[in-house]
Amino acid sequence: MNFVVCLKRVPDSAAKIKVAADGKSIETSGVDHVISPYDEIALERALQLREEHGGEVTVLCLGLPEASKEIRQALAMGADKAIHLKDGGGSRGPFEIAKALAEVLGSIEADLVLFGKQSIDADNGAVGIMTAQLLGRPVISLVTKLEIADGKVLAHRESDAGTEVVEASLPAVVTAQRGLAEPRYPSIKGIMQAKKKPIDERDAPASEGSMALDSIVPPPERQGGRIVGEGVDAVAELVRLLRQEAKVL
Amino acid sequence: MASVCVFVETAKGKLKKSAAEVLGEAKRLAGGGDVDAVLIGHGVSGLADDVAALGASRVLVTDDDAFGHFSVDGFGAALSKAVATSSPRVLLVAASVVGKDLAPAVAASTGSALLADVTAVALNDASVTATKPIFAGKAIANVSGNTPMVVVTLRPNVFEPATASDGAAANVESVDAGVSKADLRTIVKEILALASEKLDLTEADIIVSGGRGLKGPENWHLIENLAEAVGGVCGASRAVVDAGWRPHDEQVGQTGKTVSPKLYFAIAISGAIQHLAGMNTSKCIVAINTDAEAPIFKVADFGIVGDAFEVVPVLTEELKKLRE
Ligand SMILES: Cc1cc2nc3c(=O)[nH]c(=O)nc-3n(C[C@H](O)[C@H](O)[C@H](O)COP(=O)(O)OP(=O)(O)OC[C@H]3O[C@@H](n4cnc5c(N)ncnc54)[C@H](O)[C@@H]3O)c2cc1C
Ligand SMILES: Nc1ncnc2c1ncn2[C@@H]1O[C@H](COP(=O)(O)O)[C@@H](O)[C@H]1O
Repeated sequence: MNFVVCLKRVPDSAAKIKVAADGKSIETSGVDHVISPYDEIALERALQLREEHGGEVTVLCLGLPEASKEIRQALAMGADKAIHLKDGGGSRGPFEIAKALAEVLGSIEADLVLFGKQSIDADNGAVGIMTAQLLGRPVISLVTKLEIADGKVLAHRESDAGTEVVEASLPAVVTAQRGLAEPRYPSIKGIMQAKKKPIDERDAPASEGSMALDSIVPPPERQGGRIVGEGVDAVAELVRLLRQEAKVL
Repeated sequence: MASVCVFVETAKGKLKKSAAEVLGEAKRLAGGGDVDAVLIGHGVSGLADDVAALGASRVLVTDDDAFGHFSVDGFGAALSKAVATSSPRVLLVAASVVGKDLAPAVAASTGSALLADVTAVALNDASVTATKPIFAGKAIANVSGNTPMVVVTLRPNVFEPATASDGAAANVESVDAGVSKADLRTIVKEILALASEKLDLTEADIIVSGGRGLKGPENWHLIENLAEAVGGVCGASRAVVDAGWRPHDEQVGQTGKTVSPKLYFAIAISGAIQHLAGMNTSKCIVAINTDAEAPIFKVADFGIVGDAFEVVPVLTEELKKLRE
């Protein structure tokens, strides 16, 4: 069984985000980068499924040359090999990322392709669905439980209706929601082995500019910080403020 | 041909609140021009008049038993077919659970740029521009889509909803998506835990969230009672969800839900950067915390330094009195 996990290198969720001098990107010096959290969850489940069913886990990442660190991290967690589409920089919309990933995925035999439900920098929640569409494969999003049997995936997904049990034939695409798996920490042995695992480096296709990032600005400053008072004595004043000043009650 | 087309979402035989929001924004963008609306489901034809009352000039309806459940395959094909009829500059879809599956699928199948989860959108001669929070709201991107059609998903609870008028009867056209149940490649076998009747967090006007300072799930009646007193919905910090005190779907923050209610209560929540990212666009934030130095107070419009176990019951009683 061939599993492919698409993962993205993103600033750590604890990072303070500052707009860079060009007004179109963010300051990256002093910012730690990580595998996007949902992608790490997807990777963990792929590793577990490989342990159950045999096969290989390949990670696929479109990202700057620096992303080799996050790719090594994935290999240290236990992925077998990697494809790194090296990005020269600049912004890409989700559709362009999906096209680049779909092109690679179309040329390798992947029974199951796993994505995160969303990257925590772009926050589009789109690349997985788009890639599935481009590949012409069924997709199940927001998956919290995932099993494989008889050439099919059986998944639980969180929809507005509740927890749906959804089935699709392989090859298929899923996007991971929290709850699917708890990512492992790489072992020392894993880290050593990762150094020898192959990374197939290719140039990412040029961006087509169907979408442009015109500028990035900081969010509007909140005028917070007003302490109404201490303990139960402050409740009456809080209620008055909510009604008369904020007018939200 | 309309310049703006919208997908209107339904649930349990009714239009969702987001339908009014996408139509409200569509009418503003069209500036008096026509707006097409697409309605997809099983047994939904009767809602076409409601859609027209909200301002759609034409309602494109696909009504068939293949659409009883949402599926990317089915709804994607039906919406792609409808936009081929409408050929709009912009397709607006709510950034809901359904919309977040549907919009990327249609964007990919039509080769369109997608501007996802935006908080403002504008139509220009050459492009469609939008404002989009990134890094869970720690920054705002101004983006533009340059394809012939641009697909835009609208963040719930941000756009001014259209109000229904007793307009003319709907101008309805039915669209045959050419999809039958047997064509769907994902099959919903069953629905396990039926979602409760409670409103989704992203649509709620008032949210009452609790954090680790509440010590355990047995104390959640404090949060639930306050939520009930103000007509709100319960939320939680990740610490609480990770501890298994509350379900995943209540988590607010960077790896949970991004919410912007009118009123947000953060009770015994410290205000970690990942939590703030998910709620700092709330219109009014109230924090209750024993620690005067907790970061949540920096973003709170109103704070009470105090023990939640003492303050919350009193606050709940006061608010109950208001309602009576
Ligand atoms: C990758 C990643 C993603 C994350 N995503 C999220 C996310 O989406 N959402 C999220 O919330 N967090 C997220 N976190 C976790 C975040 O960093 C914090 O750990 C979490 O928000 C803390 O939850 P808390 O405020 O409930 O708990 P704590 O930080 O433990 O705070 C408890 C607070 O309760 C107060 N308190 C104690 N007793 C009382 C009392 N009796 N009355 C009143 N106040 C009291 C304390 O003073 C303290 O401020 C993420 C972390 C990582 C690494
Ligand atoms: N540059 C990338 N390289 C590999 N996978 C990606 C990339 N961007 C997004 N993805 C995948 O697509 C998912 C959704 O991303 P997004 O649409 O940006 O929220 C992520 O969780 C990843 O699994």
